[in-house]
Amino acid sequence: MRKSSEPVFWFLFGAGGVIAAFLAPIHIVLTGIVGPAGGLESALEYERVLALVSHPVTKLYLFMLISLPLFHWAHRFRFTVVDLGLRASKRGIAFATYGSAAIGSILSALVLIRL
Amino acid sequence: MSKATIVLEVLRYRPEQEQEPTFQIYESEYREDWVVLDAINHIKDHIDGTLSYRWSCRMGVCGSCGMMINGEPKLSCATFLRDYYPDPIRVEPLANFPIERDLVIVMDDFMEKLTSVKPWILREHEKPISEGEYRQTPAELARYKQFSMCINCMLCYSACPVYALDPQFTGPAAIALAHRYNLDSRDQGRSWREQVLSTEEGIWACTYVGTCTVVCPVDVDPAGAIQQAKLSTTTDWFRDVLMPWKGR
Repeated sequence: MRKSSEPVFWFLFGAGGVIAAFLAPIHIVLTGIVGPAGGLESALEYERVLALVSHPVTKLYLFMLISLPLFHWAHRFRFTVVDLGLRASKRGIAFATYGSAAIGSILSALVLIRL
Repeated sequence: MSKATIVLEVLRYRPEQEQEPTFQIYESEYREDWVVLDAINHIKDHIDGTLSYRWSCRMGVCGSCGMMINGEPKLSCATFLRDYYPDPIRVEPLANFPIERDLVIVMDDFMEKLTSVKPWILREHEKPISEGEYRQTPAELARYKQFSMCINCMLCYSACPVYALDPQFTGPAAIALAHRYNLDSRDQGRSWREQVLSTEEGIWACTYVGTCTVVCPVDVDPAGAIQQAKLSTTTDWFRDVLMPWKGR
């Protein structure tokens, strides 16, 4: 019973929630609002950003930043859909939602590796 | 001067005479210091002796008089008429349970779930009485005390949308009480209880809506208990997988 895989997905959900709540807003404000408004001056120049995201630590950070909130979404969406009445296809929903998060994580890993 | 009155719309269900529940309108005497249970007792004593409902202590201790009051699960002994007056009050049996009769629900499901988590001190080896009692520090008591305040009133089951959708769910009060014993320094039954709790019908069915904690009349915080149980189960899981040689 304890070997149920639920703790793993709940852990990813929790970790993704922390990132979505604390880190994602900072990135949205910096790159989505302050940057376009000209508040960061030369900080967002192509060469500088490329050099920054080419560093392995930044790559790992960006991977966590993208992947974990995807699993957060997957867990929420899975339970929302089940609670909306698709209880009978529970397994399929779990497979589709976590599968989507896994695909998104793999794609982001591929993009980050190639930088 | 005529006495002030308040209208109560009370759900009636008498299985020997009707297929479906109906509402009956009663006009009860109103007093500012009366709770809904006082009005229902007044109806029973002076207007309609056939009305059935559960109650006992009248002071929020026994947990018997839970009812849906204007759609919210509440202890009828702790819900004042003056908060609704002069509007009518709708009184129904606790939601998410079958109705036995009028405001009386069938609580078998809750009783089964409660016993399924063994909410009592489990010991691998019982200490002989000659060795004295199991001693506990105030800090050890403080760890579980909040969760031990549960009065088994079932308001949390009525409020829980997960239990409404999936009656297999172990439910807030039973999990909170299991957690209470898991946190007790005298107890050794945690891995046993985990077999019931750490399942899809146990803690993992909870989506942390939190209405159980909102309606709890004694501030047990079952939602918090379930979250804590999820965390400790997840820690156990990772420990078992990463360090399988460390048996518990």
